[in-house]
Amino acid sequence: MLLIEDLTVEVGNKRVIEGLSLHIPEKETHLLFGPNGSGKTSLIMAIIGAPSYKVIKGRIIFKDVDVTDLPTNERVKLGMGVAFQMPPVIRGVRLKDVLRIHTESLSKGGVMDQMNKMGLSAQFLDRDINYGFSGGEIKRSELLQLMFQKPEFTMFDEPDSGVDIENMEVVGKALGELLEGRSGLVITHMGYILKYIKATKAHVLIDRSIRCSSDPQAIFKQIMECGYGRCVECLS
Amino acid sequence: MSELKKRAEGARDKNAVLGPDIDLEEYTKGPSDYAPVPSISDVPESYHDGFLNIGVDVSEKDRSGSFVQVDSSVLCSTTAQEGLEVLGITDAINKYDWLEDYLWRLVSVDTDKYTSRAELELSGGYFIRAKKGVKSVYPLQACMYIGEDHTFQNVHNIIIAEEGSELHIITGCATGKHIQNSIHIGVSEFYVKKNAEISFTMIHNWAPEVNVRPRSAMLIEGGGVFINNYICMSPVKSLQTYPTAYCEGKNSTAVFNSIVYATDDSNIDVGSKVVLSGEGSKTEIISRMIAKDSSSVTARGHISGTVSGVKGHLECNGLLLSQNARIHAIPELNAAAEDVELSHEAAVGKVAEKEIQYLMARGLSSDEATALIVRGFLNVEIKGLPDHLRREIQRTIKTSQDSFM
Ligand SMILES: Nc1ncnc2c1ncn2[C@@H]1O[C@H](COP(=O)(O)OP(=O)(O)OP(=O)(O)O)[C@@H](O)[C@H]1O
Ligand SMILES: [Mg+2]
Repeated sequence: MLLIEDLTVEVGNKRVIEGLSLHIPEKETHLLFGPNGSGKTSLIMAIIGAPSYKVIKGRIIFKDVDVTDLPTNERVKLGMGVAFQMPPVIRGVRLKDVLRIHTESLSKGGVMDQMNKMGLSAQFLDRDINYGFSGGEIKRSELLQLMFQKPEFTMFDEPDSGVDIENMEVVGKALGELLEGRSGLVITHMGYILKYIKATKAHVLIDRSIRCSSDPQAIFKQIMECGYGRCVECLS
Repeated sequence: MSELKKRAEGARDKNAVLGPDIDLEEYTKGPSDYAPVPSISDVPESYHDGFLNIGVDVSEKDRSGSFVQVDSSVLCSTTAQEGLEVLGITDAINKYDWLEDYLWRLVSVDTDKYTSRAELELSGGYFIRAKKGVKSVYPLQACMYIGEDHTFQNVHNIIIAEEGSELHIITGCATGKHIQNSIHIGVSEFYVKKNAEISFTMIHNWAPEVNVRPRSAMLIEGGGVFINNYICMSPVKSLQTYPTAYCEGKNSTAVFNSIVYATDDSNIDVGSKVVLSGEGSKTEIISRMIAKDSSSVTARGHISGTVSGVKGHLECNGLLLSQNARIHAIPELNAAAEDVELSHEAAVGKVAEKEIQYLMARGLSSDEATALIVRGFLNVEIKGLPDHLRREIQRTIKTSQDSFM
């Protein structure tokens, strides 16, 4: 599904990804761990094709197409999707305007059903997107949008951060649904979410590159017990 | 010669403080001998095109009355509701002696050469009044149309909402497609009496070679509310206006919403000024300016608070859609008493890359994303208007935008 070869990325003259390779086969979900500032979000931005994240070296192959130079919307057309960690506020553009990109009619029952499922009231439809949304609401609004987009390959950037225990189940189930029979890459710092996802592999990103790839449970257990410090030790 | 005429003569060649200077000798008075018609539906078809996109509805559905002036001729002035008056200004002056007290009371006749010409070479205008306690169910519509090239249209409008009345007006201004070079000068004086309300929605749809110089002022008495909505979405050669609202009455309110979409090489200088001198008076000035191509927009705003306890907020947002366009925001606050609460926010810039990126990640192309963001930017929450009028404004913005993007 996704193949990254020897990728180096710069943003604002700062190298954020260096010599990174990654392979996610079809219908597999991988996890991505890594300390703050290690480059996880940057990797997702490069995969989706944000213009400010410049690919200096390497290639990104998606569904056998070299997408390294394709604009973001072309990659989306091929089947990529992202739940962003920190999506921007766009004044005057309402959540419903964005939902309309993927759904013809908002009045059809489906939209309200999905909103209920995500624990978002109908009022959110008329709110400027992400404006004044709480941390947890942002996560659920991102997932709601993906529910309509239905990407074949979805990247989730910390979908569980700042989410309370009750909403964790909502978020977890949504992830499970979005990834069922499809592929994905999930960035997380926490374990709660893991039980909703059938991840086949986990990677640890430290200092701009993937330093370790292994069984998700084993890696998570290791990080929980010893932090990333141990990973660094193991690498040296 | 009357005192007024003398002062006007004195200002015949007085340059305006703002806006590029215009040589008025280039223009002659537009024809004043077109035949009047009984109602707007009888206005010759050839003008109907120009009525589109300026909120003027020939069918008069959801309208309380109509006024149509083409060049210097008043074609019709009608009302459908008891207690609402719509007249040509000349007829009104002949009918009411007292009207003299309202002419040139808020705008000085010797402000500049434009006000001077409106007195010396008047080509019409309207008188609209809601009698005491009368509330207009639907808005009245007024249309100013320039159909002849190289002409001036100098109008003087008087709008009065008597005590406890409510008046909603949509004024549309347009020109024939063939117009190369003409000028519109419009003096408008608004009187909002005690506990009355006026909402005035002005939609401009001029031609690329037309100069426009409105000169407006409003007096708002105790408990009165004045809401001004200004929409200009089409090119113009130069347009300069800076209306002033005087909130003299206790708890009086003035609201200004301006939406400008400047294209080509339009030179647009618009602002709103509010003087809060009535106890508890308040104001809100909101503007959304978009500059495209090589247009230039100056967005002014000025709030003065001269007694304690008054409140004002000024919000000015500008969006640049091209390298060659420019937006100059000049917000001014003047607190001349204790306990005055005045604030302003101004933000001018290009469409944020992050926002485009986000929408592209939802599948939109870069152009589609920009269009959606621009649409959102213009989606100003206009408060205090009847629903159908608000929808009408939204529709106007949408249709004119669709034709430009
Ligand atoms: N636009 C930018 N300009 C400069 N530096 C940037 C920019 N974007 C990211 N960085 C820097 O690149 C590094 C990697 O950032 P990134 O957001 O990818 O980290 P992360 O692994 O997602 O961290 P976190 O767990 O905190 O979300 C950080 O040091 C960050 O400050
Ligand atoms: Mg991150």
